[in-house]
Amino acid sequence: MNNLNDLRAKFQEEYKQKLTRPRIVVGLGTCGIASGGGKVMEAIKEEVAARGLDIDIDFTSCIGMCYREPMVEIALPGAASVVYGDIFPDKVAQLLDSHVINKTPVYEWAAIQIPGEATPYEGIDIMEQSPYYEKQVRSVTSRLGRTNPENIGEYIATGGYEGLEKALGMERQAVIDEVKKSGLRGRGGGGFSTGMKWQFVYNAQGDKKYAVCNADEGDPGAFMDRSVLEGDPHAILEGMMIAGYAIGADEGCIYCRAEYPLAIRRLNLAIAQAEELGILGENILDSGFNFHIRIKAGAGAFVCGEETALLNSIEGKRGMPRVRPPFPANSGLWEKPTCLNNVETYANVPFILRKGADWYAAMGTEKSKGSKVFCLTGKINKTGLCEVPMGITLREVIFNVAGGIQGGGKFKAVQSGGPSGGCLPESKLDLKIDYESLTEAGSMMGSGGLVVMDQTTCMVDVAKFFLNFTQNESCGKCTPCREGTKRMLEILQKICDGKGEMEDLDTLDRLSRVIKNSALCGLGQTCPNPIISTLEYFRDEYVAHIVDKRCPAGVCAALLVYTIDAEKCTGCGACLRACPAGAITGEKKQPHSIDPAVCIKCGACISKCKFNAIYKA
Amino acid sequence: MSACACGEKVVLSHEEAFLKLLDKYRDYKGGLIPVLQGAQDIYGYLPKDVLQTIAKELNMPFSKVYGVVTFYAQFHLKPRGRNIIRICLGTACHVRGGAKILQAVEEHLGIKHGETTEDLRFTLETVACIGACGLSPCMMVNDNTHGRLDPKAVGAILDTYE
Repeated sequence: MNNLNDLRAKFQEEYKQKLTRPRIVVGLGTCGIASGGGKVMEAIKEEVAARGLDIDIDFTSCIGMCYREPMVEIALPGAASVVYGDIFPDKVAQLLDSHVINKTPVYEWAAIQIPGEATPYEGIDIMEQSPYYEKQVRSVTSRLGRTNPENIGEYIATGGYEGLEKALGMERQAVIDEVKKSGLRGRGGGGFSTGMKWQFVYNAQGDKKYAVCNADEGDPGAFMDRSVLEGDPHAILEGMMIAGYAIGADEGCIYCRAEYPLAIRRLNLAIAQAEELGILGENILDSGFNFHIRIKAGAGAFVCGEETALLNSIEGKRGMPRVRPPFPANSGLWEKPTCLNNVETYANVPFILRKGADWYAAMGTEKSKGSKVFCLTGKINKTGLCEVPMGITLREVIFNVAGGIQGGGKFKAVQSGGPSGGCLPESKLDLKIDYESLTEAGSMMGSGGLVVMDQTTCMVDVAKFFLNFTQNESCGKCTPCREGTKRMLEILQKICDGKGEMEDLDTLDRLSRVIKNSALCGLGQTCPNPIISTLEYFRDEYVAHIVDKRCPAGVCAALLVYTIDAEKCTGCGACLRACPAGAITGEKKQPHSIDPAVCIKCGACISKCKFNAIYKA
Repeated sequence: MSACACGEKVVLSHEEAFLKLLDKYRDYKGGLIPVLQGAQDIYGYLPKDVLQTIAKELNMPFSKVYGVVTFYAQFHLKPRGRNIIRICLGTACHVRGGAKILQAVEEHLGIKHGETTEDLRFTLETVACIGACGLSPCMMVNDNTHGRLDPKAVGAILDTYE
């Protein structure tokens, strides 16, 4: 067997050279590009040329602090590297003058610094000790925002493909045992033991086997798979190759959402680079192992994230789930034994092989090992991507990593697991994050989206939002999901319109249980979770909607009454002019009033009032 | 795009590109969806005769092709315009004459909502509410919101979109 030592030495030398040169790195993940990173890049190129600076310009992916994008890192030889946040094109000139020419960082724009061997600057948080990263571990996300994802050399220089080399030198069963020993469980949300799954495929009879990667991330509020695909595409390839070797597959397929064009482009590039170096393709590293990977772009259906639907979609059919068993491990793609794992699961595998199962199993709780990548969204100060050890509490993630509730609001609920998950109240914040405890509390780990809600969120409305989503995305194959989601949505709509009755809650409860037990696939079985959990923890909000005909959070339009506070109203007439329905009357400089019969509750008056004189309740 | 020996770029006609696409996926297992995606890239949507050709060339019943097309959100059976107009018919816009705006746009373009102009310049759709009630009546063209509309003025706004 050939090894990569010569290549690795060469790339490590190149990488070391790169690190000794002055450089500017722009974060160009999807979040960076969406915040204007491309324009920042152009501005940097222009300004550097105008000043005739000798400095390398490079790009990287999302470091995780999406709330500070666009981000720019400046590293000068012998000094700590500084990562700046909120760098728009108009700040580039000052940044270059101060940091590159005068060697003085712009302290007030700096987010974090990475000193390496150098002396840290005073007054800038060191990455590992900064509030955002202090509780985090970075293994799956270790290359995100630190290396160039389109450069295979940097991947290899930072330990890439070592796991594959190691695996190819082992017996296939030994590789599976290593993954079993690590305790890695499915990161798509199901939490099935990855090693066990591989064992089933290994044991399955078949002349041909496949390794498939599920990159059809469709949950609202989840983007960790996208970040890993864009930031470290080779890790997915390496994980799939190790799986392929272990189970005896020679073909792999990545099913990726068409909505992730950048991820697809970087994966294609990664495949081409790996093939060119002989790491992917025929007779990999002279070991006799052949493996080819192709990419299949999805066509826009949430249900295709369900494994059997995904396989149907790859085969060019309608993406509808089928009854299990037989499980894909025995009869999957083209009815051959298929190992199907999520992006993050595969991304963990190279680390397990490289550093050993014991290293991995040392992190996490008794039954949930390793780390988990979460997407933090909603009413929090710091939205972004974080990787935390299993067993950390929800409170630590929300109040330490994510910096607490936006605008000093009050925490109400956290939703994990997307449309399949549930909403957990404050009393559950000290739960340790692992598969069992979240499921027990009525939510689930899910893919890793955490949506935080404050007092301005109506829980009935949230349940309605998710139901609306699952109802739209239901494939229609099985009756409980097709008809059930529709009826549950109708009842929720009725409650939000103020026409609900107390019996509706019993009906919702019964429907939820029946659908949970009778739907064909995971989408249907879990779609009642948002309702079940909000009914359990926030029942009073449902009752307020039904009995008092009011929405405590002030969200459900039909239940709101807009009123003008005569004390605060100056009679300026701004609201009167803004009202599209002509519901506001009043003399100039006299307090105005709103006729509730004419008011259409659009909120236009509130946005125009400078005196906070209008309130809804 | 492909390059010939003299280095001149040759732009393939739709038909040529389509035939090339079919050749690439003819013996490819599970090639239907990539073919549909490619065909939609070429034509902008999936015309009936193209679907019939695909069914014939990939040797499968037309019903199967149609079933796949109607399952996925990505595929369109009717041409889409270069600019998507969304007229808001929410409560606030309704009160302030959203219907008159819709009527004015329909007259200006000579199409009904849900349709596309023949030159593929515009597709006209209606939406429940785009959340700009303070600007009612309003509409969106692509990602731009236009508010406080006057039926007499919508024509001028639309003329700025090519």
